[in-house]
Amino acid sequence: MEPVLSVRGLRTHFVTRERTVKAVDGISYDLFPGKTLAIVGESGSGKSVHALSILGLLPMPPAKIVAGEILYRGKDLLKMPPADLRAIRGNRIAMIFQEPMTSLNPVLRVGEQIAEAIILHQKKSKAQAWAKAVDLLKKVGIPHPEERVHDYPHQFSGGMRQRAMIAIALSCEPDVLIADEPTTALDVTIQAQILELMKDLQREYKMAIILITHNIGVVAEMADDVVVMYAGRPVEQAACGALFKNPQHPYTKGLLASVPSIYVRKERLEAIPGQPPDLGAGLPAGCPFVSRCSCAMERCQNDDPPQFLLKGGRMSNCWKAEEACENRTHRFESAHEAAK
Amino acid sequence: MTETPILEVKNLKKHFSARSQMFEEKSTVKAVDGVSFSVLPQESFAVVGESGCGKTTLGKLVLGLEKATEGQVLFEGKDVAAMSRAELKAMRARMQVIFQDPYSSLNPRMTVEQIITEPWDIHGLHRDGAARTARLNKLLDDCGIAKSFLTRHPHEFSGGQRQRVGIARALALEPKLVVADEPVSALDVSIQAQILNLLKDLQKEHRLAYLFISHDFSVVRHLCTRIAVMYLGRVVEAADSETLFNDPQHPYTEALLSAVPVPDPSIEQRRKRILLTGDVPSPLKPPPGCRFHPRCRYVKDACRTQDPALAEARAGHFAACPVLPFKDKRSDAALVAL
Repeated sequence: MEPVLSVRGLRTHFVTRERTVKAVDGISYDLFPGKTLAIVGESGSGKSVHALSILGLLPMPPAKIVAGEILYRGKDLLKMPPADLRAIRGNRIAMIFQEPMTSLNPVLRVGEQIAEAIILHQKKSKAQAWAKAVDLLKKVGIPHPEERVHDYPHQFSGGMRQRAMIAIALSCEPDVLIADEPTTALDVTIQAQILELMKDLQREYKMAIILITHNIGVVAEMADDVVVMYAGRPVEQAACGALFKNPQHPYTKGLLASVPSIYVRKERLEAIPGQPPDLGAGLPAGCPFVSRCSCAMERCQNDDPPQFLLKGGRMSNCWKAEEACENRTHRFESAHEAAK
Repeated sequence: MTETPILEVKNLKKHFSARSQMFEEKSTVKAVDGVSFSVLPQESFAVVGESGCGKTTLGKLVLGLEKATEGQVLFEGKDVAAMSRAELKAMRARMQVIFQDPYSSLNPRMTVEQIITEPWDIHGLHRDGAARTARLNKLLDDCGIAKSFLTRHPHEFSGGQRQRVGIARALALEPKLVVADEPVSALDVSIQAQILNLLKDLQKEHRLAYLFISHDFSVVRHLCTRIAVMYLGRVVEAADSETLFNDPQHPYTEALLSAVPVPDPSIEQRRKRILLTGDVPSPLKPPPGCRFHPRCRYVKDACRTQDPALAEARAGHFAACPVLPFKDKRSDAALVAL
C-alpha cells in the first residue's frame, strides 16, 4: 500500500536573533490510508509544531523549516506554491485542535463555519453547503441538527464544540485528519464519545489519522502505529501493540511505567527523574535523554545515538538497540539523502 | 472501633443564584446539594467527578473559602462556621491546601524561600534563625527541592518544580489535613508520577490525611484508599478504593470507569466500553427524579420521578441507585481486569 502522507527528516526551528530553538529536529514516518498514527510526547517535545509544519500554519519567521520533505501522495507540500497548498489544506488534509472553544469563531454560526470549507473547496452554492452542514452535524451526533446549525459556538457544550470541529474537518472528506490533542479538554465520558466517533468516521471514510496526544491510554485505544517524541525528535517508532508489550527505548519504558492505570494498583509509580531539557538553551552533546536515563552508558554522554532499525520495522534511537539492530543506519533522513 | 474523623461534612449545600439572561428570572445553581462524608486521620479520601459536578466548590467549602448555604463542616469535631477568628486561624494551620495550577498559585514577586516561610511568619512560628534554617532544609529535602532554588523566583521553574514549592508551602505548618485540588492535572506524565510518589511519601512521613479532588480515576486509584464519586452536586457512590474499582454499584461510576482509557492495548481491545449518551445536564436545571436517569442504561420508570438517596449497599459501600444492586455479576469493565 502506498502511504498517503510521508514525512522525511522534517526539521522545524524557531530562529530569533538571540537563539535558535530546534523544536522539531528530524522526524520521519509514513502514514497509510485508514490507519492511525499516534505521536506521543510531553509538552515541548515538538509534536504540535510538527503538525503545524505539515499544514504550513506556523508563523514564518520565526519558524523556519530547515530541512525535510512532507510528501502528500508523492508531492512535496513544502515546495508547493501557496495556492496549491491552500487547495489541499482543509480539503485533503484537515485538522482538529485541542481547544474547541478558541478554534471556532465565536461570532459566526456553527453552520456558517462548516459551510465555509464546503463553499471554498467544493464549489457548492450557499444553500447546498448549508444542507450539507446539517448532514454533517447529524453525522457527528448532534441532536436536532436543523436547529443547532443556527447556534453560535458558545451555545454548544465542550463535547458538542469538538463534534462541530470534527464536522468542519470532515466537510470535504479528507484523506488525512490531523487531530492535535482532540480530547484533552474534555471529560472522560465525553472523551470516550469523541474517540468512538473518530473511529467510526475513520472506518467510513478510510481516512488516515495523525493523533497527537500525551495521553498513553488514548494511544493504546486508538493507534495502529506510534512515534514517541522527546526533545524535538522521535526516540522510538513501532506498531502500537509491540511498543506497549516490549518498549525498546528507556524513555518509552519510563513513560509507560510512570502512567497510573485503573486496573493495576502499584505501590509506587516508576517516575522518570529530572526534567525534560530546555530546548531554548540548546541540547548538550550526546543523547538528549542521557541525564534522566537509568541505563546510560559512557558513550551516551558524548555520542548522539542514530536511529537503529530493528526487527518488525521498528526503530529506536538508543545505543542499547545497537546489538539487536538489523540495519545500523542512520538518522532516517540521511538514508533518504543517500538514496537521492 | 471507630476513629474520630479529622473532617466531617454533613449534608453540605452550596447554592449560587444565577441569571442566565439579563431580564430573566433568577434561578439557582445547586453546585453542592447535600453532601456528607468523613475523612479519618492519615487517610487519603478522594472526591472524583467530571467538570461541573461540584467537586471544587466542595473543596472550597471545606477550606472555608465559601460559605455553605446549609449543612456543616466539622474539623476535628468543631463546626468551622461557628469558629472565632482566632480559632479559624489556628485551624487553618492544621488544614492546608495544594492548588491545581502551579503557575497562578505562587506569588511571582516572592522568592521560593519567602513563599515557603511566609506561613511561619503569619503564625509567628520558628522565628529563631538556626532552628528555622534547619526546618526549612528538612522541608526542602522532603519535597525534593534543591537549596539553590531558595533565592530564585517561581517563573524560573517548570510546572513540576513549582508544584513541589506549593507542596512545601502547604506542609510548612505541619498540617493534619491537606486538601489537594487536582494537584497533578497540569503536569506532564513523567512529572506527574514524581509528584504522586512525593505525595505518597509525605503522607507516610508526616502522617497526613488527604482530601484529594480529581477527575482522574487512574491517579485516584494510585493514591487514595476511599473514594466518593460526584455527579451534579451529589455523591452518587462512595466506597473504599478496591471495592469501587472492582465492583461499582452506581451506573454512572460503571460508565465512568469504562470510559477511562487504559494504557495497555491488549486490555483496550478486549474491554467493553459503556458509552454515555449526551452531556452532563446543566446544573441550572437538573433532571427530575434521579439526576443520572437521562443517561442511564438501566433506567426504570421510578427513576424518572424518585430521587434516590445514598444508601449502604453493603458494609462501607454506599450508592444512590434504587435499582441496586443493579448487577450481581462484576461489571464488564472489571471483568477484563481479572
